[in-house]
Amino acid sequence: MLSYIARRLIAMPFLLLGVITVAFLLTHFTTADPLTSIIGERQMNNPAVVAAARERWGLDRSLPEQYVVYLKNLLSGDFGTSFRTRQPVAQDLLVRLPATLELVIAAMIIGTLFGIALGVIAARFQNRAPDNLARLVALFGSSIPVFWLGLVVLFIFSVQLGWLPGPGRIDSRMPAPPFVTGFYTIDTLLDGNWAAFRSVLAQMILPACVLGWTVTGIVSRMVRASMLDVLSQEYILAARAKGAGELRILLHHALRNAMLPTLTILGFSFAYLITGAILTETIFAWPGIGSYAVAAARGLDHPAIIGVTIVGGMAFLISNLVTDITYALVDPRVKIGARAAQ
Amino acid sequence: MSEVAGRRHQISLPQWATLPVVVGGFIVMAWIIIGLTVPLWAPYDPTMLAGRRFVPPGAEHWLGTDALGRDVFTRTLYGVRHSLPIAAAVIASAVVIGCTLGAIAGFVGGIVDEAIMRLVDVTLSFPAILLAMAVTAALGPGLANAAIAMIIVWWPIYARLMRAQVLAVREREHVEAAIASGATPSRVLFKHILPLCWSPIIVNATMDFGQVILLAASLSFIGLGAVPPTPEWGQMISDGALHFYRWWIAAGPGIAILTIVLGFNFLGDGLRDYLDPRSP
Amino acid sequence: MREPLLEVRDLKVAFRSHGRAEFQAVCGINLDVERGQMHAVVGESGSGKSVTMLAIMGLLSPSARVSGSVRLEGEELIGKPERAMRRIRGARIGYIFQDPMSALNPLLTIGDQIAEAIRLHDRKITRRSAQERAVELLRLVAIPMAEQRALQYPHEFSGGMRQRVVIAMSMANEPSLLIADEPTTALDVTIQAQIMELLERLRAEKGVGIVLVTHDLGVVAGAASAVTIMYAGRVVEQGSVDEVFAWPRHPYTRGLLGSLPHPGRPKPRLDAIPGAPPPITMRPSGCAFHPRCAFAVERCLTEIPPLRSVGPSLSACHRAEELPPLTSAMEAANADR
Repeated sequence: MLSYIARRLIAMPFLLLGVITVAFLLTHFTTADPLTSIIGERQMNNPAVVAAARERWGLDRSLPEQYVVYLKNLLSGDFGTSFRTRQPVAQDLLVRLPATLELVIAAMIIGTLFGIALGVIAARFQNRAPDNLARLVALFGSSIPVFWLGLVVLFIFSVQLGWLPGPGRIDSRMPAPPFVTGFYTIDTLLDGNWAAFRSVLAQMILPACVLGWTVTGIVSRMVRASMLDVLSQEYILAARAKGAGELRILLHHALRNAMLPTLTILGFSFAYLITGAILTETIFAWPGIGSYAVAAARGLDHPAIIGVTIVGGMAFLISNLVTDITYALVDPRVKIGARAAQ
Repeated sequence: MSEVAGRRHQISLPQWATLPVVVGGFIVMAWIIIGLTVPLWAPYDPTMLAGRRFVPPGAEHWLGTDALGRDVFTRTLYGVRHSLPIAAAVIASAVVIGCTLGAIAGFVGGIVDEAIMRLVDVTLSFPAILLAMAVTAALGPGLANAAIAMIIVWWPIYARLMRAQVLAVREREHVEAAIASGATPSRVLFKHILPLCWSPIIVNATMDFGQVILLAASLSFIGLGAVPPTPEWGQMISDGALHFYRWWIAAGPGIAILTIVLGFNFLGDGLRDYLDPRSP
Repeated sequence: MREPLLEVRDLKVAFRSHGRAEFQAVCGINLDVERGQMHAVVGESGSGKSVTMLAIMGLLSPSARVSGSVRLEGEELIGKPERAMRRIRGARIGYIFQDPMSALNPLLTIGDQIAEAIRLHDRKITRRSAQERAVELLRLVAIPMAEQRALQYPHEFSGGMRQRVVIAMSMANEPSLLIADEPTTALDVTIQAQIMELLERLRAEKGVGIVLVTHDLGVVAGAASAVTIMYAGRVVEQGSVDEVFAWPRHPYTRGLLGSLPHPGRPKPRLDAIPGAPPPITMRPSGCAFHPRCAFAVERCLTEIPPLRSVGPSLSACHRAEELPPLTSAMEAANADR
């Protein structure tokens, strides 16, 4: 088990290097001059800027040498300059990161809670109506284009019913809270501004639900499968024989055990949420990394796209690693297996 | 009594024809037929600009008209003529490339295996949509480039699957017997191993069909896929988002994507239960 | 006379499967257990003995149809609402499972699991005193260093220790009846004897009535006072252990006794009865045992033999009176003690 974690940790830097290499190749095999992807077309007729960039990125040297320079620049946090915002890409990303994290965390909570509830109900009523309904929900979840779903719920709940506010992170008539963490929920509370806090929460409901919906289905399938596995165990019958009631059996005895295999889904759903966040943020005018990526792609802002791709790849890799390791560490059955093997 | 029940059983459907497969197959077939025949019976031209703009759904225009006065219903139906062929091309190429490399990796082993699988690992380290966006942006927007990007994103999945299959089948006795009796490596691979590797590939390809359609629409929605005036669903929803209060512009393409992806998911889900009953 | 502790009358269990015809897992059995008595129920797998026990507990799945009567201290259990059954399970009937490896929740400490059994039936008890009581129970089943052990998880216990824990859990509320479903099958031979000793001690000290389900007559010989032999969902023989072992009145019982390990033989002959018990879905006509029976006659193929008094025991064999006493088996059983 330790060797498994060790192997994963050793592989990690190589995978990160691979991610960076792919990004390097992408910048150098664009149809445009690679320089364009660093300083942008508008600067191309400025000889001083062109020369400086050529120098800094080593573009007059051979490809392997360029690669080394590229690596060095990345390691010092230099992702190039977005020619749309005219800011360093790294800075752009840092500023937008809290917004994305806030949305993804909210979506993850909503998505996993609903997913777990749905999975437990589906397992409790296996092959009966609630189970089939849960199956349909899961299939719909992976079939609806999230950008369209966002439009639909905005139109229904904001425009038609007026229950919830439209796009944005905070009511447009309110100023943004003073920057502390970048998380509006936390910053408004620190500011003691309850009206702003309520507005921030209301703003978050629709995008978080839409984004959460994309993982609800997968989570529910995972939970259902592991619940069925657990419910057929003898200790469940033993708990019944002790006189435990249905709800206690499901939540206290079965769900606890079923949650372990479900842990893997968290990393997996994080990947889904990154994908979904890109499109959800665009619909809800959410000033995070996702909408930044889309704007960059629409404007063919290459340094920004590559920057987002590297960061996204790293986030993806790390979340998968963390999930795998927690899973290996937490599961007592892994320990039982080790004990039995001794 | 039981005699009657037994006889009734004999005219029942074949085993693979479960409800999801039938429903999914029906939806997919319907879209294929629409795609093939729509020019013959569509009420309007998908790119004709003549009509009135922003007409709400009604008898004349079932799903209204868009910002340029084009019939949304017609454009929605024509959309399948872009989505399906692209998804088919992407899946076919990804399967061919991925399975070839996966089979080689699994069969040859050693350094070749290492090289191919590390490439797979690195490619799968990216969230699919981000890598597809980056590649498309690098190649330049357009449906063809989006398709290439999606192939790059998708082949590793099949490489991994195929390699696992080949490794599993390799261990079986009939393969060892063939090797022992002096069959050439290529004969062993093509005659004895590959024929047994296909069922998970087929199930995955069916499920992925829907996902490729979704990804292609997403890329078009972002502005990296189809370019106007192509009646492509993602592109149309992007139009609809611009004219948000004219809800009908995005309604047609959204429902179209939902139904066709749902169809493929039903089909894949049902096929998996039949071909690969062990998986969840 | 006082009513018996457990009185099972004409208990039938039928399962429905996939809308097809029902099949009968248990076809009307009677069973009496007195206070402080150990009653063994013996049969091969598929004979319906475990289904019978789960039916007594009301723990069968909804697809099972249960009829007949189960009286615990005179109180009818069949048809009792789930809520009321819950107050009986674990409080008045304790249940011991076959495999202690899987009968304990891997994520809860031993102490918590025993305390849960107490708290489920005594809402007023504090968490603390429930834990203390759990430790006491661990001592009762002779687990050393009970206080520390209560804080450990199941995977830190050996198989025999876990079975002690399961027994402690079943005794948590001092039930008047214990159902032990093959409590020693999953354990090593030496551990088996210790567990049987423990059950015997609980019976003697606490006066608890025990139903011991087993497929092993060897276990029965040393511990139980009454025995019920089941085959294919029916009782084929019932009586006191001494009588049945000395003079078995059913060919199946004789076969089982023949498969006991004999002192003179190096290995037990487990193939003493030719063939295997019939699957639940296709039971033979007449006496279900006839395809494997050396004594079977024409009549056994068509007519189901009723359970009737033969000598001091009950037997369901058409030819029960023709069977001679089995001295060698008696000797073997005695030698076993």
